[in-house]
Amino acid sequence: MMHGEPIAAASLGEEGAVPAATSLPLVCTSKLTKIYRMGEVEVLALDAVDFAASAGEFDVILGPSGSGKSTFLNLIGGLDTPTSGEAWFQDHQLAKASEAALTRYRRDHVGFVFQFYNLVPSLTARENVKLVTEISRRPMRPEEALELVGLSDRMDHFPAQLSGGEQQRVAIARAIAKRPDLLLCDEPTGALDSKTGVVVLEALLRVNAEFDTTTLVITHNVAIREIAHRVVNFANGRIVSVETNQTRLPASAISW
Amino acid sequence: MNALHIKLIRELRRLWAQVASIGLVIAAGVAALIIGMGTYQSLEKTRADYYARNNFADVFASVARAPRSLLPAIGELDGVLVVDARIVRLAPADVEGLAEPASVLLISLPAGPQPLNQLHLRSGRLPEAGQTTEAVVSEVFATARGLVPGSRLDVVMNGTHRSVTITGIALAPDYIYAMTPGDIMPSEGRFGVLWMPEATIAATYDLTGAFNTVSLKLAPGAATNTIIAGLDRLLAPYGGQGAYGRSQQTSHVFLDAELTQLRGMSAVLPPIFLVVAAFLVNMTLTRLIALEREQIGLLKALGYGSWSIAWHYVEFVLLIAVLGIVAGYGFGIWAGNALTVLYARYYSFPVLTFSRDPAIYVIAAAVTMGASVLGAVRAVRQAAWLPPAVAMMPPAPPVYRRILGARNPFHLEVPQRWIIASRHLLHWPWRTAGGVVGLALATAILIGSLWSVGAINYMVDYTFNRTERQDGTITFLGSRPAAALYEVARLPGVLAAEPFASLGVEISKGPVSRRIGLTAYAGGSDQTRLLDDRFRPVVLPEEGVIISRSLARLLRVGLGDSVEIRPLDGGGQTYSVSVAGLMEGYLGLAAYMDLEALDTLLGRSPQISGVNVEIDERQQAELFAALKATPALGMISLRSVALERFRETMAQNMFVMIGVLLAMAGVIAFGVVYNFARISLSEQGREMASLRVLGFSRGEVSMLLLSEIAMVTLLAQPIGWLLGIGLARGMVSSFSSELFTMPLVLELDVFVYSTAVVMAAAGLSGLVVRRRIDRLDMIAVLKTRE
Repeated sequence: MMHGEPIAAASLGEEGAVPAATSLPLVCTSKLTKIYRMGEVEVLALDAVDFAASAGEFDVILGPSGSGKSTFLNLIGGLDTPTSGEAWFQDHQLAKASEAALTRYRRDHVGFVFQFYNLVPSLTARENVKLVTEISRRPMRPEEALELVGLSDRMDHFPAQLSGGEQQRVAIARAIAKRPDLLLCDEPTGALDSKTGVVVLEALLRVNAEFDTTTLVITHNVAIREIAHRVVNFANGRIVSVETNQTRLPASAISW
Repeated sequence: MNALHIKLIRELRRLWAQVASIGLVIAAGVAALIIGMGTYQSLEKTRADYYARNNFADVFASVARAPRSLLPAIGELDGVLVVDARIVRLAPADVEGLAEPASVLLISLPAGPQPLNQLHLRSGRLPEAGQTTEAVVSEVFATARGLVPGSRLDVVMNGTHRSVTITGIALAPDYIYAMTPGDIMPSEGRFGVLWMPEATIAATYDLTGAFNTVSLKLAPGAATNTIIAGLDRLLAPYGGQGAYGRSQQTSHVFLDAELTQLRGMSAVLPPIFLVVAAFLVNMTLTRLIALEREQIGLLKALGYGSWSIAWHYVEFVLLIAVLGIVAGYGFGIWAGNALTVLYARYYSFPVLTFSRDPAIYVIAAAVTMGASVLGAVRAVRQAAWLPPAVAMMPPAPPVYRRILGARNPFHLEVPQRWIIASRHLLHWPWRTAGGVVGLALATAILIGSLWSVGAINYMVDYTFNRTERQDGTITFLGSRPAAALYEVARLPGVLAAEPFASLGVEISKGPVSRRIGLTAYAGGSDQTRLLDDRFRPVVLPEEGVIISRSLARLLRVGLGDSVEIRPLDGGGQTYSVSVAGLMEGYLGLAAYMDLEALDTLLGRSPQISGVNVEIDERQQAELFAALKATPALGMISLRSVALERFRETMAQNMFVMIGVLLAMAGVIAFGVVYNFARISLSEQGREMASLRVLGFSRGEVSMLLLSEIAMVTLLAQPIGWLLGIGLARGMVSSFSSELFTMPLVLELDVFVYSTAVVMAAAGLSGLVVRRRIDRLDMIAVLKTRE
């Protein structure tokens, strides 16, 4: 378990600086734009966003509802395609990729964690993770993934038998079991209380540190900003500011 | 229209595909009910009216030759209202456009009005008194041969050619279904009935002042059996051949068999459809209500009562039922009319129209609505009475169980997607069972209808290729000395000739007796032969009789038991003979003997009733010409013609029926799978979206649903096979009568075809639903709470 095991500041790199900031970005976007057509109304959800994140980075994305942060996450996660602009994963262009290529991309490189867990209720924790390891190229063992999130003793429980925090940690285990390059979390603690939320965040930080997984976390929760390398602020479909944390706090140090 | 009604209409429109597929199943059930009951009622009522209006007799008897002075004594039998004596004779006829001789049944018309079995004149007039060569002809024969009033027909009456003028075309209640005596189906155009003045027939056959058939009309409630016994006693000295009631009158019996089948169809098919419809309603409504749980809570919070919410969903179900009922009416009336037209071709009724009895439609609607509402009860009850606060909360998450308990004793490595599918099925055991049963019923309906094709082919093969292999049969008018064989053998085109004798006998054991045909073949007959259960030819024993198993069962006799035989046209003498063999027979009750053994038993000089012949096709025309020129030789029936006729009749009836049932089974299979899949998708849409996010392809995600459908469909097959075998057995026993048995032949291909059809329908609906999976909105699903 990760309680009382704060992540050492040293492991975060010198003075909490963004790791390997000078290397080629893992994901980047250029003038990424998404317009939703809802009946006769056009909604500009994302307005020419430029962004880049390097391998091993842990970024928190903040912003009010409708500011475009989820749309942004969906686009770089290959869940949706942009109206215009470009999105790259390493040297792969995502914006014009086919449906099959995006499926491949998600399968091989991306892990998702959502607010409402989205576990398969008819599968146990272990089986939910297995679901992913079965189709991955270089997965870890399901038990290993569950151990990472501190659920070794709950592996044979069905989602209905787990608490919200435990379910979310299964979702994280499921997302990381494939050893993704990119972990995208949309409000991972949104449905959880402070104490449980901290446990979930600790799991995310640990994965980020141990596997160098680039992690983007969307949240409404300003308290979470303290644990990130960088904080990206969205408003009206644009990135209005990016702050770099000079010192990062361990998850155990925050509460809300 | 209040707000709830608007919601109802929108709901129906949104779920139109599911509503339509349920409506179709209901429509099929309603149609089956209307077709079955309507046709049954039409035939039954038309027959009853016809019998009443035209005075159809209750008791019938044939006699060699009885004086008319016997009639008062018959009329004095207790319970007899009317006595009608007639002369009936079978005669060969030469019909224009028909190479071989046809046969006509001559029936005498009294000078005055007919007391019983009155003609229904379609056109023309009755023969005028004193016009000795005028006749009225039966309609089916007239239509087939193009006879109209004024046409002429060459009939060989007692050895003399007579040119008969047709004066009218008629129907008769005793020949609604008209067949050559001894045949198994009507031969349009080769057999007809001619009603001629009694004076003519009596003079020709030397029966003036006498009669050879008598019909009786009985008082209501009269003791039929006592009267039959009394009539037998009176006729015995004159060669009485045994009196019988309507239950053995050929035309009546065939109609009865048809009615029994129709009744069977209306008893079996509609309930199947209604059960499936009720299940589909239950399944769909349960899901709809689960999705609308919060809305229900809200409505209750707003002040709607439990009953008005319950009624809202019942209305939903009733609207689906009404749609199905209306469609079912339409299809039922259309198919019922078509079937009635088909019946009108085989059964000669003055008028035969499809029943318009409103009671049928009311019953169909009531039963269907009842079944649908019954299907809805559980779902509605669960939802409508929830307290609003509880209803507005999401339901507790579903609790799943492992299939093999906590351990996996076999250490099976099963893909997680199969585990998801099987656990989901087990989580809803009743729904899964319902789906399995629904599909099993579809398979069963198919097996229950397709088997008959194989059975008929089997019977055709058995009868025409294995047992009755002659090209033609020449039947004498009565018995002739055995030497007549050589007369036939000498005819042009006859390659081989084998004699046979057939006579009507009463066979009895103790109190049980039946009137049957006893057929005797010469030893070593090769064209016509009997086969044992393994298709090996049976050598007719030197003494004793071989009887069909169904007859043995009726008489309760076995091998070596003795039975009594009384020839019907003899002097009433009975002979004791032992049962030397049993055989399967499809054409009712039958008995067979060796020709010599029969002559020895009866103590008579060798006699034969006809000859089976092998014909040189190139000389067929000469043979027919010779037969027409020697009318004393009697009538010929050809195997090729019989076979063609058999196939035609069966093909028409069967293929119409099978086509309808195939469509109906398809409707069930599609309806069950489609609704099953839609609901499964609705419940698992979230999981499927999750899998897509995790990197599963559309095809892989679809497999989740398709594997569920596959499991249910596969599971349903063995059950469907068993139900189908049961259904086929039921049909065999409903078809079977003393006249006719159908073999239960269930070839492998019946199962293969049935399963293939169900799987195709299941696959089709699966693919329709798959299109929805492809359009699944991953993001929208994942951002919302269930």
